[in-house]
Amino acid sequence: MSNTALPRLCARFFRHAGPAIASVSALILGWEAYVQLSGISPTALPAPSRIIAQGFEQREALARHTIATLQATTFGFASSLTAAFLFSILIDFFRSLRRALFPVFIITQTLPLVAIAPLIVLWFGFGLPPKIVLVALVTFFPMLVALAQGYEATDRNISALLASMGASRWRIFVMARLPSALPYFFAGLRISITYAVVGAIFAEYAGAARGLGIYILNAKNNFRPDLVLAAVFVSATLTLLLFGATVLLQRAAMPWARLTEARP
Amino acid sequence: MSSARLDLKSLRKSFGPTDVLADINLSVQPSEFVSILGPSGAGKSTILQLLTGAIAPDGGQMLLDGQPLTPTQHRFAFMPQGDALMPWRRIIDNATLGLEVQGLGRQAARARVSPLFAEFGLAGFENHYPVQLSGGMRQRAALLRTVVQQRPMLLLDEPFGALDALTRAHMQRWLADMWTRHRWTVLLITHDVREAVLLSERIYVLSARPARVAHHFQVPLNHPRHSVGSPELAALEAQILQTLLNPED
Repeated sequence: MSNTALPRLCARFFRHAGPAIASVSALILGWEAYVQLSGISPTALPAPSRIIAQGFEQREALARHTIATLQATTFGFASSLTAAFLFSILIDFFRSLRRALFPVFIITQTLPLVAIAPLIVLWFGFGLPPKIVLVALVTFFPMLVALAQGYEATDRNISALLASMGASRWRIFVMARLPSALPYFFAGLRISITYAVVGAIFAEYAGAARGLGIYILNAKNNFRPDLVLAAVFVSATLTLLLFGATVLLQRAAMPWARLTEARP
Repeated sequence: MSSARLDLKSLRKSFGPTDVLADINLSVQPSEFVSILGPSGAGKSTILQLLTGAIAPDGGQMLLDGQPLTPTQHRFAFMPQGDALMPWRRIIDNATLGLEVQGLGRQAARARVSPLFAEFGLAGFENHYPVQLSGGMRQRAALLRTVVQQRPMLLLDEPFGALDALTRAHMQRWLADMWTRHRWTVLLITHDVREAVLLSERIYVLSARPARVAHHFQVPLNHPRHSVGSPELAALEAQILQTLLNPED
């Protein structure tokens, strides 16, 4: 890296992230000022400074529970992705299967989580399995729809070209339909990863030994809104980091998407 | 006519109640450049779909070198409308696509294609993505992808339709030049009369749907044909345009 590249990179970062940093900072400062000036009780609305201090004191417990939530999110999302990918291929090749299965998948999306989460805990216990099931339940369908739509977005001319060359249907799928779905896949991934964290916390809230969800529940029952909010802050950070990871992954997987016409 | 590379006899095709091709008779000799001109919706692309095996005819015969075509044969190098380059593949890997489908390894296919980049005006752009190329370069890359398949005949479906007028004129001259050097056997589909006159040795003009061959023109001019100010070209172009605009005459 040349010596001018790093300052330029920093400048670009602040040009893009500057407004967001400013608005979040203003929100936190306003909140802090309101709590200090109004004299509201910290058990009703704790100040950001208190949340940070208490959260820091509890960092070991928070870290332990965060790792559990991250585990549930990762395993749940990984199984959901695998299932969505396999089903997307099946329904791409067998149209009747699509008509048979789509209504079922849509019904799974209409289930109220409040009702279904305790039942899943009842059936699968307090360990990792119910979290995986719940995370998969909320992320499977968006990923399936994204992939199915992505395959359909394939340029007909490219499919016709491959067919004229003698490519089989499977070959056309791998060479044309699958790469055509990449932008749709990543759009779905960005949305689903945020659902995944919320889904995991919800499952833990319904009953768990470890996880941010159960931490939040306990803090609430002990009248510690500062710790509730500290856990919320951690989960928001976790979601943002996962979101950022999908963006980086997309850049690595689709290098052509950020290019423009080169001058010879 | 037994020496024809391609021979279509009484070819018919309907889609449901719509008769698209009524009676198509045409032939292409080896190393000949033949164009099919017709009003839009006349079924020009349907002829190519029949040839590539995407759809089956309702009647008639399609003979390649005297042998009937079967749907599982892939004897044509087809260039679809637009350029149909895969945005996710580098230019070199787009160019090797046909060879890869034929079963050639990626390295071997690249080795076969690379020497041709200079002649196609693409030297230095092997590792670029299609989005980085201008419209004319993309068309040249698409044509490169078509000819490296080494099929007995090229099928070009309105290859320059998406280009701006100036780039299109450049590309037509370039293609005429390439053809005089390589003498590929070409069937070109177009609705651009000037393009057909500039490039072809013979031109079939289709009627409106259901299509039959309404007229057949020889282009008795040698290459290079200069697109600007040649009275013979202009006269032929006017004559063909006249038949397209007044099909009943």
